[in-house]
Amino acid sequence: MTDAATNPGAATPRKSSLLTLDDRTRRRNASEARFKAYGITAIAVALFFLIVLLFSILRSGLPAYTTTVADVEFTVTQAQYEEAESQLFKTKAYEQLFIAQLQDQLTESGMQVEFDAAAIERIMGKVGGNIREFYQANPDQLGQPVSFELSSSSRVDGYYKGRVTREGLQESRFLQLSDLDLVDALAEAGIIRQAFNWNFITGADSGVDNPGGAGIGASVVGSFFMMLVVLFLALPIGVAASIYLEEFAPKNRWTDLIEVNISNLAAVPSIVFGILGLAVFIQFMHLPQSAPLVGGLVLTLMTLPTIIISTRASLKAVPPSIRDAALGVGASKMQAVFHHVLPLAMPGILTGTIIGLAQALGETAPLLLIGMVGFVARGYPDGIAAGFVDPNSAMPAQIYTWAARADVAFYEKAWGGIIILLLFLMTMNIIAIILRRRFERRW
Amino acid sequence: MYDAPASEQKVTQNTTKIAAHKVQVFYGDTHAIKDVDVQIEDKTVTAFIGPSGCGKSTFLRCLNRMNDTIDICRVEGDILLDGEDIYDAKVDPVQLRAKVGMVFQKPNPFPKSIYDNIAYGPRIHGLAKNKADLDEIVEKSLRRGAIWDEVKDRLHAPGTGLSGGQQQRLCIARAVATEPEVLLMDEPCSALDPIATGQVEELIDELRENYSVVIVTHSMQQAARVSQKTAFFHLGNLVEYGETGQIFTNPVDKRTESYITGRIG
Repeated sequence: MTDAATNPGAATPRKSSLLTLDDRTRRRNASEARFKAYGITAIAVALFFLIVLLFSILRSGLPAYTTTVADVEFTVTQAQYEEAESQLFKTKAYEQLFIAQLQDQLTESGMQVEFDAAAIERIMGKVGGNIREFYQANPDQLGQPVSFELSSSSRVDGYYKGRVTREGLQESRFLQLSDLDLVDALAEAGIIRQAFNWNFITGADSGVDNPGGAGIGASVVGSFFMMLVVLFLALPIGVAASIYLEEFAPKNRWTDLIEVNISNLAAVPSIVFGILGLAVFIQFMHLPQSAPLVGGLVLTLMTLPTIIISTRASLKAVPPSIRDAALGVGASKMQAVFHHVLPLAMPGILTGTIIGLAQALGETAPLLLIGMVGFVARGYPDGIAAGFVDPNSAMPAQIYTWAARADVAFYEKAWGGIIILLLFLMTMNIIAIILRRRFERRW
Repeated sequence: MYDAPASEQKVTQNTTKIAAHKVQVFYGDTHAIKDVDVQIEDKTVTAFIGPSGCGKSTFLRCLNRMNDTIDICRVEGDILLDGEDIYDAKVDPVQLRAKVGMVFQKPNPFPKSIYDNIAYGPRIHGLAKNKADLDEIVEKSLRRGAIWDEVKDRLHAPGTGLSGGQQQRLCIARAVATEPEVLLMDEPCSALDPIATGQVEELIDELRENYSVVIVTHSMQQAARVSQKTAFFHLGNLVEYGETGQIFTNPVDKRTESYITGRIG
């Protein structure tokens, strides 16, 4: 008390107004403002890159969903059919019929373009074969007008998508400058037009020389069967392992070791799992090569750590008071876990599982090692069992194969495939969000 | 009875329900409970008091083997419930906990409906033969928990939506639903306001008619208000155990006196 009286500093405390900022406060506020600005900048940069990415995917990928087709209405009479069938080069005869009618249609539209059979073949492929096949299958259509939708060659398709230009065109046996005049004339007559490329979504991979016929459908089916394997193996194994480790296992050196190794496994490069799958599942166990079953097994190994880690985290997040409450009324440990802890951890478990599945869905490297490369996906499996063991590819491997092909026409297929893959991933994430919302409970 | 001074509370001589003899508890290398001998009577409220960390909650959790869930915890000595050793190798803790119910410090209803909260215990123990039976048990338990009137119209609303005091009474109702013989309460009022505390204390006094109640509390007033017997723990030792009136008015041990008068703790 007496000290305060003799101390001049204490006797006259420095007064400061609340209305003026002192230096220290000003510096503090400035640094806070700077920090906020850094944060906003970081978010803006991230958004910018995201938009650039989405834009370039859409710009490069959307052309894969359109294709150039020639619509020709065409009539073959019974007499013409019999005459053509009696000739030695039957498809040639149909082609002549087709060209004659096409010429008539063009003249009707008031256009004068000269063309020959070779030009038609360069633009629409070998039309004669297609026509003959159709009439052999449907003889009742003879004598009536039939509308044919013929797909054009990939170079004509490229002409509409900007890959092929008049200036840069190198005349070759595939396409000549005069063909482009014919294409323009056909387009003006409404015969050549752009159509939605259903084949890209439903079709299988084509050969390296036929980018127009390539589709991702078969690999979607391959991915689907792989995800089935992953879901039905990784979810029960992962959840059971997590429940045991988290709720029942004694805490000792062994469980510590297991825990550390699970965390490490989550960081192992996926190609390591691929080579493990090749060595164990194919070379040792002699499972079929390129099969979605093997792909699913490899991806299960890869996904397990993710599922275990997220499941354990969500089990840990359930308040211990709930376990106490259950044990306190005489529930056994297992009843406490299955009746109370697990339902509360469910949203977290499901989210973790779906994120693990999404990760597995986008994985390429291990699939290449077990032979699930894109060109294997040449057709749909016939049946459920065949779906698991018949050679097939998966979406990302298919995309990789297309991207690696020399023909630039495959480039847009790769981007188009990425759009499909992203749609699947987005769907899975949305399902994860919905499940989390639905199962979320408060305590 | 709340107005009666502690020394005038009626003391009845009941039979021993739980007998502990030379109980030692270790958490790893820490010796948490040392040589505790105590006889807990039937149809009596016994209060455990003492400063924080003195081991009263630990000892309470030994009585229904809740300490089994802690890996590093080790219990030595004998605890007899009606003459049977609860730490015998043949005893299943699940059966024990059905007989010795527990109410925790923080109200912890299951995130389910009020009805399911009460019905859970009877269901897993198979106490109800049919739905009507179960309904009856639920009603009876909620009445014993002194919460029936407040929740009878919303039995299927979530138990977590009740207020803190209601939640704690719900937890007590849940504990009595399995027809236990002993009820352990670990600071049941420490998360409640004075009004809710009053309601729970009143309830504890009513429960004494049917059960042996053991309550751990930080509040000496509460111990004086609700209990007939009091045990004072200090640094893992049971310092003094006797009639509540005697402990509060005429403690034998110097440490008890210091704690009660506020010099330690």
